[in-house]
Amino acid sequence: MARFSTAAVVAALLVFLPGAPQAQAQASDTAAQIQEYRDALADGNPAELWDARGEVMWKEARGPKKVSLAQCDLGMGAGVVKNAYAHLPRYFADTGRVMDLETRLIHCMTTLQGISDADAHKILFGGPGKRSDVEALAAYVTSQSQGAVMDVSLADPHVRRMYALGEKIFFYRGGSHDFACATCHGEENKRIRLQDLPDLTTKSGAQKAYTTWPAYRVSQGELRTMQWRLNDCFRQQRFPDLVFGSPASIALTTYLAYNANGAVYAGPGLKR
Amino acid sequence: MPDPMKIRANQLGDATEVKVLMSHEMETGQRKDAQGKVIPAWFIQSVDVTCAGKTVLTAQWGTAVSKNPFLSFRFKGGNKGDKVVITWVDNRGEKRTDEATVA
Repeated sequence: MARFSTAAVVAALLVFLPGAPQAQAQASDTAAQIQEYRDALADGNPAELWDARGEVMWKEARGPKKVSLAQCDLGMGAGVVKNAYAHLPRYFADTGRVMDLETRLIHCMTTLQGISDADAHKILFGGPGKRSDVEALAAYVTSQSQGAVMDVSLADPHVRRMYALGEKIFFYRGGSHDFACATCHGEENKRIRLQDLPDLTTKSGAQKAYTTWPAYRVSQGELRTMQWRLNDCFRQQRFPDLVFGSPASIALTTYLAYNANGAVYAGPGLKR
Repeated sequence: MPDPMKIRANQLGDATEVKVLMSHEMETGQRKDAQGKVIPAWFIQSVDVTCAGKTVLTAQWGTAVSKNPFLSFRFKGGNKGDKVVITWVDNRGEKRTDEATVA
């Protein structure tokens, strides 16, 4: 009796809202067409230029110590680049902290190559006339993880702590607009102007989002990494400046990366 | 020395498909910097492509082409193993030449 009533109610609703199913079909057609367009554009992804530059940089003897990054340990052993991004962030015993790709790259640049901390942090986000070494190296390292299955481990208590902190920050409302990450990224089918917002609280949303960064951001004309993405989110939330490589940034990255586990890493991506 | 291009050339039946990604700022000359000064125009003006020594494409570009241009085209008469050479020259007179072999 109850089921029959529900069906009757649903049928009645459909009768009184004839436009709704049509509008929804149109919306998904548009979304499908946009995806087709994105797939076509992906053929000439300028991220490949950063990947090429990063590969040269990785192998080049640089810094006062004049060595390459061949001994850089991204968590899978010295010099092992293949699939390394799928397991980051992770805990590193040599620094005693959880590190993401960008902080680990800077660590290798300063310790192995002797580049000063100040120099390594001088240009973090590239722009017209200025290039970021970290962005190029990140493009190279992540391209070597393309096709790997995301597998961030919470076995280490330090990583677990970072994950918990990241989750807390994700839902923390603050700043002048009382925004949390969840304000924009906590619901399905939302968008800001014409930019669809992934629901990062769902498995599929987190997977689709995390596996497509770093990415060439056409509107920036640059390759951007997760550190940049989080920094820009904080800016949009009217939060104080997110310090590059800060525990807060690594906590959020850990939270998002672990939530993306199981997905195939598809970066470096291409975004508007 | 300008950045190298990424070139892919493949023989697809009787057509050769070439895809090239060029690294270039492609400034239109219409933008202003943070201080309000016009950023001077700086863009690729000509592209020349040869295959096995013969010209297969020439292009005259203007400021409508965006940053880091991607060019994809097909032509007949090419063969596997042929050398494809691509040269671009920009409005400052800087140029870059790269080559690839048709796979």
